[in-house]
Amino acid sequence: MKGKMTVTSPAHVASNKTTVVGAEQAKGGTRGAKPSPASPPIRPSRQWSWIPYLLSLPGIAVCAAFLLVPLAATALLSLNSFSFYGGIADVWKLDNYIDTLTDSYFHEIFLRTFRIAALVTLSCAALGTPQAYILRRMGAPWRSLCLLIVLGPLLISVVSRTLGWALLLGPTGLVNQGLLALGLVSQPVEFMYTETGVVIALVHVLVPFMVLSVWASLQRLDPQVENAALSLGASPTTVLRRIVFPQIMPGILSGSIIVFALAASAFATPAIIGGRRLKVAATLTYDEFLNTLNWPLGAAVAMLLLVANIVIIVGCNRLVERRYKQVFE
Amino acid sequence: MNRNGPLALIFTALFLMFLLAPLLVVCAVAFTSQGYLSLPTEGLSLRWFRAIGDNPEFVRAFKDSLLLGTVSSTFAVLVAVPAALAIARHRFFGREAMQALFLSPLMVPHIVLGIAFLRFFTMIGLGGTFAGLVLSHVIIILPFALRLILAASTGMDRAVENAAASLGASSWTCFRRVTLPLILPGVASGWVLAFINSFDEVTMTVFIASPETTTLPVRLFLYIQDNIDPLVAAVSTVLIFLTVAAMLVLDRLYGLERLLVGRGRE
Repeated sequence: MKGKMTVTSPAHVASNKTTVVGAEQAKGGTRGAKPSPASPPIRPSRQWSWIPYLLSLPGIAVCAAFLLVPLAATALLSLNSFSFYGGIADVWKLDNYIDTLTDSYFHEIFLRTFRIAALVTLSCAALGTPQAYILRRMGAPWRSLCLLIVLGPLLISVVSRTLGWALLLGPTGLVNQGLLALGLVSQPVEFMYTETGVVIALVHVLVPFMVLSVWASLQRLDPQVENAALSLGASPTTVLRRIVFPQIMPGILSGSIIVFALAASAFATPAIIGGRRLKVAATLTYDEFLNTLNWPLGAAVAMLLLVANIVIIVGCNRLVERRYKQVFE
Repeated sequence: MNRNGPLALIFTALFLMFLLAPLLVVCAVAFTSQGYLSLPTEGLSLRWFRAIGDNPEFVRAFKDSLLLGTVSSTFAVLVAVPAALAIARHRFFGREAMQALFLSPLMVPHIVLGIAFLRFFTMIGLGGTFAGLVLSHVIIILPFALRLILAASTGMDRAVENAAASLGASSWTCFRRVTLPLILPGVASGWVLAFINSFDEVTMTVFIASPETTTLPVRLFLYIQDNIDPLVAAVSTVLIFLTVAAMLVLDRLYGLERLLVGRGRE
């Protein structure tokens, strides 16, 4: 999987290093294969040129003005204070962070956010990994079709997909009707406005990322190694445990990073399924901003979320890359 | 060849059912003839699709979404093409840092971007305007456009370009007549992917949209928070069908499997 591109995943930014290397290697490859003087290699780096800077200037300007500046402004805002009557005051204190990190009300919300994210990650790994493995062993027309059904929902609006779960999980929804008809429960199970409901809907939203990530690492797997193990008398279970699993572990881990980061910062799904009572970090930020109007506090919560996100993505990627160095090379 | 046992196939069937069930339920409920949420057991009806037309807020949000998606993905592609060409064919100081900057919106949670833009646009007087929506959407869809255009420009054969240049074409003619047509599939699919992402965005937009200029997913989200009725199911069905249509276009242009899995057709 050299030079892979994937549709939607924050963690791929971090794993981007491999992508760039891949692209360079691909270039080097074609250069090596066709050493004709007619196709000169990429412009030599020693000769300084302003062309690339000029070409990327619009992009840099847009990103600097409308990404870096707003984020910096938010970081500054989080240091301001807020009072119900006086509004936002221009002071520079860490009070909002101290409040957020010491108050038990916020502890509960952060704890719930991470509990939900952890459960979603585990469920996605448990469902997505075997599914990716099964997909790889499928025959040609079926595999493409199944892959399309698994990955297609990534492009469909999260609101529509969550609405589907709100319809399914309601007290008179199909899930409860089915459970009652099968006699598994005597009265409708409460899914709406519970953590269970949020976890189910988030697994649905995020499991394609896990399949995608494991699928990518399965592509690197050489089937000959499996065949060799089988021919040497290993049982299929041993092959799975000793050959396949260790090699796709980096895929499972980087998929988990993506899923965890997206689950911890998910907004629409917890807002619809969790309702107003079951708050998570993202819905808390929303309430502070648009209902309580305490912008500095909302900004502080958002900054904590951003820092946690970057630490998890970059940190875990480093760890995975170091631990599984030989797999990546 | 299929080397899966029956257990694996049952697992796959359940997994696919899990993925499709909510989408199918939304589409089914949209066709109900009843005035409340129910599966269309007593005949199909299009009354809830007609009801969308009677609801000017949804119609206006839909138009705004289409316009926003078109303008912002065009803008993003215009910015991404030169940047992708610079990254793909030049080795220069700060190249990696620049690429990281262009892709960094993927790492920032949309909720954080939402409040950052709300704060920033209020400061500079763009709050609640269409221009603000466009700029914020350009930021979040730029990485998607860039990735596909970058892939197309990296895989391009430079010999044709050199031939054109040696035959006396100016660099602009060379770009317009040789480079652009060659990377056009990448550019077009980058545009469509950017459009889909802009059209579906809700978490960030909910902060910066105003009651006058809002997008369809935001309108839908705010409506669902108050009550769920067959009308929202009908709107969602329209959204789902439009996305599927866009996916078919992408499949034609680029190949969905290649787009999603990042691998050429076997």
